[in-house]
Amino acid sequence: MMRLKSKNLLSIEELTPEEILLILDTAKSIKEGSFFIEKKEPYPLKGKIIINLFYEPSTRTRTSFEIAGKRLGGEIINFDFSTSSISKGETLKDTMLNLQAMNPDIMVIRHPVSGVVNFIAEKVSASVINAGDGAHEHPTQALLDLFTIREIFGNIKGIKIAIIGDISHSRVARSNIWGLKKMGASVKIAGPPTLIPPQIEKLGVEVFYNVDAAIEDVDVIMCLRLQRERQSQNLIPSLREFSRFFGINQERLKKTKDKVVIMHPGPINRGVEINSEVAEGKNSIILKQVSNGVVVRMAIFYLLALRRQNVTY
Amino acid sequence: MLLIKNGRVIDPGNRIDEVLDIFIREGKIIRMAKNIDPERIKIHFGAFEVIDASGKIIAPGLIDIHTHLREPGQEGKETIATGCQAAAAGGFTAIACMPNTDPVNDNKIVTCYIVNKAIQEGCVRVYPIGAITRGLKGEQLADIGELKEAGVVALSDDGEPVMNSEIMRRALEYVKSFNLLIISHCEDKNLSQNGVMHEGWVSTRLGLPGIPAAAEEVMVARDLILAKMTSSPIHIAHVSTAGSVELIRQAKTEGIRVTCEATPHHFTLTDEAVTSFNPNTKTNPPLRSLKDREAIKEGLKDGTIDVIATDHAPHESSAKEGDYLSAPNGIIGLETGVSLTLNELVHKKILSINEAIAKLSTNPARILGIKGGLLKEGDEADITIIDLDREFIVKPETFKSKARNTPFSNYKLKGRAIMTIVRGEIVWKDEEFYGGK
Repeated sequence: MMRLKSKNLLSIEELTPEEILLILDTAKSIKEGSFFIEKKEPYPLKGKIIINLFYEPSTRTRTSFEIAGKRLGGEIINFDFSTSSISKGETLKDTMLNLQAMNPDIMVIRHPVSGVVNFIAEKVSASVINAGDGAHEHPTQALLDLFTIREIFGNIKGIKIAIIGDISHSRVARSNIWGLKKMGASVKIAGPPTLIPPQIEKLGVEVFYNVDAAIEDVDVIMCLRLQRERQSQNLIPSLREFSRFFGINQERLKKTKDKVVIMHPGPINRGVEINSEVAEGKNSIILKQVSNGVVVRMAIFYLLALRRQNVTY
Repeated sequence: MLLIKNGRVIDPGNRIDEVLDIFIREGKIIRMAKNIDPERIKIHFGAFEVIDASGKIIAPGLIDIHTHLREPGQEGKETIATGCQAAAAGGFTAIACMPNTDPVNDNKIVTCYIVNKAIQEGCVRVYPIGAITRGLKGEQLADIGELKEAGVVALSDDGEPVMNSEIMRRALEYVKSFNLLIISHCEDKNLSQNGVMHEGWVSTRLGLPGIPAAAEEVMVARDLILAKMTSSPIHIAHVSTAGSVELIRQAKTEGIRVTCEATPHHFTLTDEAVTSFNPNTKTNPPLRSLKDREAIKEGLKDGTIDVIATDHAPHESSAKEGDYLSAPNGIIGLETGVSLTLNELVHKKILSINEAIAKLSTNPARILGIKGGLLKEGDEADITIIDLDREFIVKPETFKSKARNTPFSNYKLKGRAIMTIVRGEIVWKDEEFYGGK
């Protein structure tokens, strides 16, 4: 059976299409139930220690990892930022060396700065899963999005998708672009030029500054969360103006394919990048994304644990 | 007393490039000629040391016009003593140090402190650069005349660019009374914002905030216009973008009195190095794109860029071991700068060895108006001996500098300074070549 190449899951950039497919197939067998019939061991993470290390607030992602780990029999430890030694001024390197000394099996890490998860992964023998680093990558979100698209459309190749909003500051956008392109989808991005990073077209995406033009013929619209601080940074004039020209609302949806699917990684800013009718409307699959998050993360835990069995320390 | 025999003496300022012997006594070059007879020296002066420099290059002492010595105030990063040792080990006989110490070198007391400390503890010559404005705040001119009296050789608000164009104008005018050069770190702080690397394809991929090339270029353009307006000379520090090189090239053809420098890290690396997320690649101006790096090399080759300077910026290792955003800017360069010049520019045929020495010695001395940069009988003997073929692997743990923040760890380089002589004294030698002599 095929295995993941790296001990870690740090980015979609470094995954091959075969590895992505392996994760999606494994998640599918978990969701459908065949996984639990085929495997001798119903709880493959039994006895494994997983540390959830979130340097940024998170509800959805952290809980999703926690449930995924528990469903496979793992022991989850949540590292609480507010009561940890980090708030006592311990450096990142020292925190890592101390956690390493306790020898966990898997570490799930979110950090506000790009690259920190890579930095930690090099220093510990545990498998490290990137749960979001700065504006760099959020690979498990992209994998659950790919899983959801595949579930709805039967495949990813040839699907047309538009990613809308604050591309510059979005790790979700970056991971999804890598993943969608690797799996053969066609990707458009749209937003104000102030929120589109330079040379993004090198990733194989088509860039639009006008949302209507980007979404008219797509199968999927993926909205991104807009941080309110973008206004004070002068990247947008106001939230109201952003919502009017770049937000997804019912009016705008009238000009798209009838069956267009609306995705959002959450948490949503109602009335900013998406309005409530759309978020709760018939085209929205936002909650489906959340439930799929658990099975995709179970698949990732399983595949990393499987790989570790061949690794000796 | 020293007799350096059979070295290829290259002094671009005096257009010398031939095999000569150099005899040094009481700190001065007494004789520079072919085949000096050691027996005659012995008869007149007694015992002396002979250095066989066959196959090696004898250059006027190399001068780094852009270093940070951190003393006073940040002695955990570097001191005048350790910075000088690093300079000597890298082949520099003189260094100019930037004023962003703590307290800032914006007054004669700090200047005197540095000058005296360097005399007591420094093994190479130290030339302080004073602040343009008090506290590097960009608001009010420092006491420039007193700084000059105390020994500064130039002025710069390095790292804290003078954003107010009116103040820059007045500074450029006022220094004419004191014949001081202004060195400008060109960066529009509004454009660079919270950026930590070059803005471009790589920053897009990594999701790190970028510093556009324009942040440098708009200030280069401004400073060139002000230099023209005031008829004052200006020196642009660490040029990093293709646009800056082109602006300076044009300005030179128009007769604007501008000189500039580039650093070894900017002509060696690109922003691709940041994909490692190694904070030792974080510097300001940031490592730029491939196109920019090639333009820097072109500017070095065609003479637009006059000087190679290291921008030696030491930091504690702990500060460079965490996340990329909070790491301080800076790369140390004193112990790799000459070798990177030889490896990247001379061996790769961008510059001749003569041109490289001009950019590391002749031009720095001329631009700052300091002694050195030439080899002449009667002058104080500041000499660097270079072995073009010496290969070695960069091992930061062996550095004389207190700091280890280099992105060149484990680089294999060809060419290095193997002996550094200041005022006739050997202040550093490569033991592998000169051990036991």
